[in-house]
Amino acid sequence: MTVEVSKHRELGLTDAEFELICEKHGREPNGVELAMFSLLWSEHCSYKHSRKLLRRLPTEGERVVMGPGENAGAVDIGNGHAIAFKVESHNHPSAVEPFQGAATGVGGILRDVFALGARPIAILDSLRFGELDSVRSRHLLDGAVRGIGHYGNSIGVANVGGEIYFEPPYEHNCLVNAMCVGIAETKDMVRAAAAGVGNAVVLMGASTGRDGIGGASVLASAELGEGDEAKRPTVQIGDPFEESKVLECCLELLEKGLLVSLQDLGAAGLTSSAGEMASAGGVGIDIDVAQVPLREADMEPFEIMVSESQERMLGVVEPARVPEVLAICEKWQTGSAEIGVVTDSGRFRILRGDEMVGDIAVEDLVDGCPLYDIEPVEPNGWAYGNETTLAAGATPEDTLLALLGSSSIASKRWAFEQYDSVVGSRTMRRPESADAAVLAIPEAGNAIGVSIDGNGRRVACDPYAGTVEAVLECAQNLACVGAEPLGLTNCLNFGNPEKPTPAWQLDQAVTALADACSALGVPVVGGNVSLYNEGPEGPIYPTPVVGMVGEIPDPEQVAGGAFANEGDTIALIGPFEPTLDGSQLAKLRGELDAGLPQPEIKAVAAACLTMRTAVRAGKLASAHDISDGGLGCALAECSIAGGLGCRVDVAPLRERGCSPEEALFGEGSGGFLVSGDREVLNSLGATAIGKVGGATIEIAAGDRSFSVGLDSAEGAWHSLAALLSDPA
Amino acid sequence: MIWGVLQFPGSCDERDALHACSLLGEARLVWHEERDLSGIEAIVIPGGFSYGDYLRAGAIARFSPAMGAVAEFAAAGGPVLGICNGFQVLCEAKLLPGALLLNEDQRFLCRQVDLIPENAFAAETTPERGSSSKRETISVPVKHGEGRYWAPDSVLDAIEAGGQVAYRYAPGQNPNGSARDVAGVSNAGGNVIGLMPHPEHAVDPLTGSTDGLRVFEAMQMVAA
Repeated sequence: MTVEVSKHRELGLTDAEFELICEKHGREPNGVELAMFSLLWSEHCSYKHSRKLLRRLPTEGERVVMGPGENAGAVDIGNGHAIAFKVESHNHPSAVEPFQGAATGVGGILRDVFALGARPIAILDSLRFGELDSVRSRHLLDGAVRGIGHYGNSIGVANVGGEIYFEPPYEHNCLVNAMCVGIAETKDMVRAAAAGVGNAVVLMGASTGRDGIGGASVLASAELGEGDEAKRPTVQIGDPFEESKVLECCLELLEKGLLVSLQDLGAAGLTSSAGEMASAGGVGIDIDVAQVPLREADMEPFEIMVSESQERMLGVVEPARVPEVLAICEKWQTGSAEIGVVTDSGRFRILRGDEMVGDIAVEDLVDGCPLYDIEPVEPNGWAYGNETTLAAGATPEDTLLALLGSSSIASKRWAFEQYDSVVGSRTMRRPESADAAVLAIPEAGNAIGVSIDGNGRRVACDPYAGTVEAVLECAQNLACVGAEPLGLTNCLNFGNPEKPTPAWQLDQAVTALADACSALGVPVVGGNVSLYNEGPEGPIYPTPVVGMVGEIPDPEQVAGGAFANEGDTIALIGPFEPTLDGSQLAKLRGELDAGLPQPEIKAVAAACLTMRTAVRAGKLASAHDISDGGLGCALAECSIAGGLGCRVDVAPLRERGCSPEEALFGEGSGGFLVSGDREVLNSLGATAIGKVGGATIEIAAGDRSFSVGLDSAEGAWHSLAALLSDPA
Repeated sequence: MIWGVLQFPGSCDERDALHACSLLGEARLVWHEERDLSGIEAIVIPGGFSYGDYLRAGAIARFSPAMGAVAEFAAAGGPVLGICNGFQVLCEAKLLPGALLLNEDQRFLCRQVDLIPENAFAAETTPERGSSSKRETISVPVKHGEGRYWAPDSVLDAIEAGGQVAYRYAPGQNPNGSARDVAGVSNAGGNVIGLMPHPEHAVDPLTGSTDGLRVFEAMQMVAA
């Protein structure tokens, strides 16, 4: 028996959704309309499983210039300037074709930022892969790193930081999240809402081809599985040169006040950008596909409307200024065409010359998709596997070296040296030289700290506590460079929300994000949701990734992460009571289990304030937060970076109730490892644990003490490069 | 002194170079279609990916109107500094000897390196020159995928003998497999300099080093 699969199902719509479309639309949609509906009603564009949850997030704040709903968020940095930033995922394209998937992920997030009128000044990225002993993971890592480098380096935006974790649940479904930070003069910024009936709609940048058709629905809103090779044509191809030209062109147009509004073309191409512009402005739009510059002459109207060809921007222009706009596009040697007009019809009409090929109410298309309640069910215990790679009886020396050499903790120099981290001449702290990247903002006479964080393993252990920790980790990283958080962006990478466990993880994580941001007083100014991250073996670790931007008033006062002076006192600051739950050591021992201690958000926030104040006053010689691998790894990292050993006794942590092992390798929020003058540290209420100096890391824990040579610690920490020299 | 910084579609470091020049004098961008360099006393060709580096790095830029004017400017003895992509453009334009190939390990690399000043031009950039300090290298970043300097042995011998090797990478720091550790060269007249490393990113103590500023200062002496 042959079963005819309905067209709408093939495009990812349910039967009920299709019926609803017919009802709202008053008839069955034609092919063009169905293609458009299927994309804008996809999870990727409609947020239909997450939108209700996201209403919990605090979005208001004194410094917020633009919040959720715009192409990116933006916060006031002073002197008439704003910092725009956003993080976005390109997970499924990268899992299918890592180089182009990651490259176009960078391209897309850059466009989101310059669509506001902000010049991109930094990229950060948060990557997740399966374990490195897998050929597939090495291939995906190599491709993604090359792709990110290719795009960012070529366009001249500094890549200043990020993180890479390797965990088995990402084996099939890697994560590639890219964050872009930009700077704008607040008065020149522009919103995405179309306005002004009779205004022209101008398409700028690259011509439109058949690449990326259906990317948002077929690729981004479904689980990965067998036969993904066939999805390769849905991955877009990036051209950073084209983007560089359209970027400069758009910034010049905005500086000259020639655009009423501006929007990038991302997922679902013209359909979503024009549709969302019309929806935001409460207007209608007519688009003539015959005016769209094409790569292939015989493209169908539906292909033109849904193509995800990269490096395209859509602007709304007053008719009298169109010639000037086209001339500036010509100067930058980038394509431009007047393809439509803003109307008062409230309808999104697609024409091919005189022929009407699609006619949809904007409201039905953009806001008509039903929003679903997810049905969370807490799983019974640890739902992921365990694998033992380190014997429980290993000596502390071997344990420290194993942790330092474990792929998620080891130095990521191999990756970040492939990125231009200095272009723009703003980078005051390069990757791994401090906990957060630091960029000079001479426009406002200050600097910013930027960080991106998220530990999926800990979120898998406890979605609420793990997500709170991600926010705190980011805030702690900023505190280490003296930065006060101004706003947060996030990318929620989860499994299939229609299944009970991922639904529960998502629900818990969003509540935690809201609670942590409220407690810290940090507004969420934008974000992105990536669901259906599953492979044949099940879902990924739930991975909320948060990015924060913080203000540093005096660029001269920024700490680094390296021990600086022989004889300095080493001390702890903050409410740090580590346990082995969900730690890197628990992973190596195959002892992962559900549950984490609940972090004390207010106490950590107070510690961040202490740190920030101390750094700004120049009181610390070094500052590092304690995270993966616990105090032992934090000490080693400060020692390696400074080329100075240390001698430490963890007794103070023992007094807080930690076992020697928990004190050495336990994890949890709230710990800062600092060095400096003993008297000064005392005055900060810091707990002294030792001194900087020598060529070994010597640690006393209870009645045992051990030491590891700086050179062997360094050898373990720099072990990734050798592992990756043959990426296969 | 009045500086001109070339800007091609795809240039990345033109604003950084403009800033470095403006610390020492007046500076303006020169659009790739401009031919008129009147009033300009020194030219910087910045890093980036001119015309997308299509065909080969620098291969298209050398045919631009602005580069035609730069060739005349250089022939008249005007000082020209090419950085990274600018170095590649100058080699393509035959204003400098040699060529820049794909890095030995075929990856883009960004890293701070120490350079040993070698010829008369570079000697002017040695830190604390004449002071008691013993530091004999300058610290600047490199960042490129195609920075492996190459020339036939006969040419390498000739430029070494003629004082045209401006800088070498410090021992053990050659990041790309460049022949004889060459990081920068000059033409026979000494007024055209090409560097793979980026002095324009090393002009501010906040970003790590001010050694790069000495390179721009030395350019002023070439002009004088």
